Formats: sequence, structure tokens, C-alpha cells
Amino acid sequence: MRVSALIPKYPEPETYLGRTHYCPGCGHGILHKILGEVIDELGIRKKVILIEPIGCSVLALNYLKVDGIQGPHGRAPAIATAVKRLRPENIVITYQGDGDLAAIGTNEILHAANRGELFTVIFINNAVYGMTGGQMAPTTLIGQKSTTTPTGRKVEYTGYPLRICELLNTLEAPVYLERVSLHDVEHILQTKAAIKKALLKQIEKRGFSLVEVLSNCPTNWKMSPEESWEFVKNEMVKIFPLGVFRDK
Amino acid sequence: MSRLYLKGNEAIVEGALRAGLNAFFSYPITPASEIIEAFAEKFFADREREKRGEKPLYPKFKVFMQMESEIASINAVMGGAAAGFRVMTSSSSPGISLKMEGISYLAACELPCVIVNIMRGGPGLGSIQPEQGDYFQAVKGGGHGDYKLIVFAPNSVQEMAEHTMLLFNLTDKYRNPGMLLADGYLGQMKESMEIPKIPIEEYEKPWAVTGIGERKKQNVIEFLYLVPEPMIEAKKRLLKKYKEIEKNEIRYETYKIDDAKILITAYGTCSRVAKAAVDLAREKGVKVGLLRPITLWPFPYKIYAELTNYQIDRVLVIEMSFGQFVEDVRLGVEGRAEVKLYACYGGIVPTEEDIWEKIKEIA
Repeated sequence: MRVSALIPKYPEPETYLGRTHYCPGCGHGILHKILGEVIDELGIRKKVILIEPIGCSVLALNYLKVDGIQGPHGRAPAIATAVKRLRPENIVITYQGDGDLAAIGTNEILHAANRGELFTVIFINNAVYGMTGGQMAPTTLIGQKSTTTPTGRKVEYTGYPLRICELLNTLEAPVYLERVSLHDVEHILQTKAAIKKALLKQIEKRGFSLVEVLSNCPTNWKMSPEESWEFVKNEMVKIFPLGVFRDK
Repeated sequence: MSRLYLKGNEAIVEGALRAGLNAFFSYPITPASEIIEAFAEKFFADREREKRGEKPLYPKFKVFMQMESEIASINAVMGGAAAGFRVMTSSSSPGISLKMEGISYLAACELPCVIVNIMRGGPGLGSIQPEQGDYFQAVKGGGHGDYKLIVFAPNSVQEMAEHTMLLFNLTDKYRNPGMLLADGYLGQMKESMEIPKIPIEEYEKPWAVTGIGERKKQNVIEFLYLVPEPMIEAKKRLLKKYKEIEKNEIRYETYKIDDAKILITAYGTCSRVAKAAVDLAREKGVKVGLLRPITLWPFPYKIYAELTNYQIDRVLVIEMSFGQFVEDVRLGVEGRAEVKLYACYGGIVPTEEDIWEKIKEIA
């Protein structure tokens, strides 16, 4: 028996193209890969329209072979609203970071969620503005250093980390809200399952779905990849508790 | 029914639906709100018809949305245009300012759409009376970066409908956003109009995002370049298109210019009053003519040059702002004639007598 016969055969990925430009240790590549895998597994690639954010993942469509739109910072939910209403047969996904969704785009995400728009949001939260060089995000932890909070984020100046899942969970319309993390293999698999579930909600025309994915930023956090995942696991999860907030 | 009796704002809705509008996204603002209201009425009446098992009057009009903000409206327009549909938004001056980032993106991504600006008084919150203070914003940019909008300036209720229809054709033809630049006076006034007879042109949109389907290549609507060379190429492509539009799409109207010694020039509401002023001046024996640009971009610079080359040596510019339009007139005249400005700002529309007084000063 040849050794190759013992290696299980996996199908070639159709959606995920790989070779991302992200910094070593960054969570974006992992998230792209599992999003691509879920799209393949659900057999929806031909119908997906992905709205890229402004931020590190502005080139997500270079790595995911689907149609898409690169919109202005924070406005993906408004773009997705129009696309989905005009093309209800398509699967519409926005991929947004925490600066994009939780700061400049809070109005758009809140109202899209409140209207129960039938698209899926992948919200990647790494508590910092990555692409612009490590400034404070609304999700930056208290005491966390960034280039605009050089002595650590202070409540009296900048308030508290914004919890998007909890905020959206006050609304009637959303059908699926879950917070997951990428800090180890177990959680990566949970993330994949959550994304699949969220997309199924859309496929079944149930309503608005959002998965918040806790991720890292070794470069701007000034940590090794390993230290950064420890930080997600030990510090971020405390402030952003994992779990399903809404499933109906 | 061969004639309609409509407000200018309602005529825009009439024109857009006749042009096969698919989706409308907007946010209320005075003096443009009748547009969103008229669309709402038509859209929900069709849904009621469907409920009763009747055919909708406007089967192409699939989506109507009052969005949460001007910004969300223009970005929904981006989504709808990217998906290959005829889409539109409307607002008035401060609201258009809010839309500017989106307009710049739409121009960069070459997405056809129609944006209506029913101008009110500015700057800031200003007033709800008509002004023409958004001229620069409409024709010189307004949003960031090098770009151009195809800008039409109607001066009647009839044209509010017809220019809207023309804009849908031209924006699809050139893959470029366009703006209907009117003012509160045109939006609010009511007059009789003919059923607009602009032929509807349909264009293939192979670039639209539809889902990759069986296509080999992804359709991605974007405008981002990490190094200069492809950015230069992309901008050259835009510039080439703008030159093409400048070559083909300039529209203007003249009135009694054949023997005129003095040229009045105005657009939109002012051009209507100016026409009456031409007649008034001629009754008094002064040979005045009118040049009225219909497209503000592309601008009819050449006709100003031609007119002031031999026969006309005085030009009176009338606009309801400090003096924005006058700068383009000066670029056309290039010093060949004396250019006087009558700037009637603050919310008052000049009368023909007001204009006659100004003509007397230079006659």
C-alpha cells in the first residue's frame, strides 16, 4: 500500500485562494480561510457577493474568489442592504473590522440590524485600528496601549470598550448573534461553525445574522503571535464574553 | 391623459419611473422631501395592487427605502448601482454635502446613478429658500479627488422629468454618476407639463456584481491602487471618458442672440427669469440675448468664446449665489468681453425688472 493512499483526499478549495498579505500571525488569514471553506461546503460560491471593508482586509476579494464591492469605511451594511434587496437570490456578506463597524459605521450596522436585513456580517474585532498603524478602536481594552492611547486607554478620556453583540441583542430583528474567537484550534472550529450557522440563517431567509470574531494584531499590539493569542484568550474574552446571544 | 400638472419634485419621480428606475434610497430634507414622499406613494400603492392580485404600475421599481441617513442613502445607491440596477437618491444642499464621500466613490468606481440636489440656502444650515450655492460642489468636485459628474440644470417642471430621464441614459452610457441640480423654487413650483418623451436607452452591464456564477473572472467594484503605475492608468481611463463626455454631451439653449449686443447668461431658475428680462429689454430697445447652459458639466465654454469673439462685448451673469457660475463664464469669455455679475443670494429669486435694472447699468 502506498503512503499516499493513507492521506485523506480533501477537495481543492474553490473560494479561498490563499497567499494573503497579512502580517505573520494575523487572524485575518485564518478567518478568510474558514469563510472560504464554509462557502465551499454550503455550495454558495457562485451566488456570494462580499462587501469588503476599509482596513487591513480591504483586499479580501484578492483571496476569496467571489464577486464583491469595496465600499467606503463603515458603509458596508448600507451597500449590502441595497444589494440584497435588489438581488434577493444572492448570498450577501459583509466583512468588517472594529474600526469600520464599531466606530465610523455604527449607524449603518445598527439600522441594518434593526431592519432585519437579510445579509450576514462577519465582524472581526481585534481591539485596534490595524491598517492605519495601531490607533485606539472603540473596542480597545481599558489600559491597553495604542498609538493614540500611549499610556493606556483611560475611561475618563475615551469611555468603555463597545460591545456590539450585546448592543445588537437589544434589537428585535436580528436572528443570529454570536461571539467567537480565533485564539486556538478549538475556537477556530467554533468560529467556522458559527459562520456556517449565520449563513444558513440567510440561506433560509430567516433574517439578519452577525458573527463577532475576536482576533489579534501582533504587529500593533507589539507582541509575538503566540503572546497575542494569549492576550485574546486571557484579556479580550473577559471583556467580550464568548457565546450565542441570539438564535431564533 | 396628455398633460400632467405636477410640482417639480413630483416631475422628477415621474421621469425616473418612466426611465425604468429600479431602486430609490433617500432621507427627508426640505425642500426635496416631496421626492421621497411621491416615491413612497407610488411604491406602496403598487404593493397594495399586488396584494389585490393586480399588476403593479411600475414593475421595475423594486426597492424603495427611507434610509437612516444621507450617508446610508448614497451608499445604498452604490450597492444598487454595483449590482447593475438603475438607482437614485435625492436631497438638498446640506444632505448633498453629507453624501460627498459616497459620490466620490461612485465616480471612482464608475457606477451609474442619478443624484438629485434641490438646492437651498447655504452655507451651513442656511435657509430653505432657493439658492444656487452648490454650483462648485456639483461641477468642480465637492467630494475628494479628481472626478466629474454629469450635471443637468433644468428650468421647468417639464425638464425636471426629462433631464432625470436623460441622466439615466447618459449615466448608464458612460458608467458615470450624474446630478440633477435644481433649486427649491423648481422643486416646489407646480406647472403643467407634457408627458415626457425621452426614449429610454438600455445598456448591458457585464461589470455588475451578480455573483460569480459560471464566470471565470470575479466582478469586483473597487478603486484602490497600492502603487502609482496602475493608479495612473486608471485615472487616465477616467480622464479619457471625461474628455469623451465633454466632446459629446454639452447642451445649452440660446434665445435671441443673433443680433444681441449684450449677453445675459444664467442657468436653472435664473435662466427662466432672464428669458423674460430679454423680452423686457428688447421692448425698451436694448438688444439683449440669452445663453443658458443646460449641462453645467460638461460646460459650454466654446459657445461663450464664439459669441464674444465678434458680436457681444458685454456679458451679464445672473446667479443665486455669491458668484460661482460666473467663474466658468469668465473661463469661456477669456477676457473678450466685459463680464458683470448680478449675484442675487440669500433666498430671493430675481425678477425680470431686477435684471432690467442691471442691464441698464451696462447698456
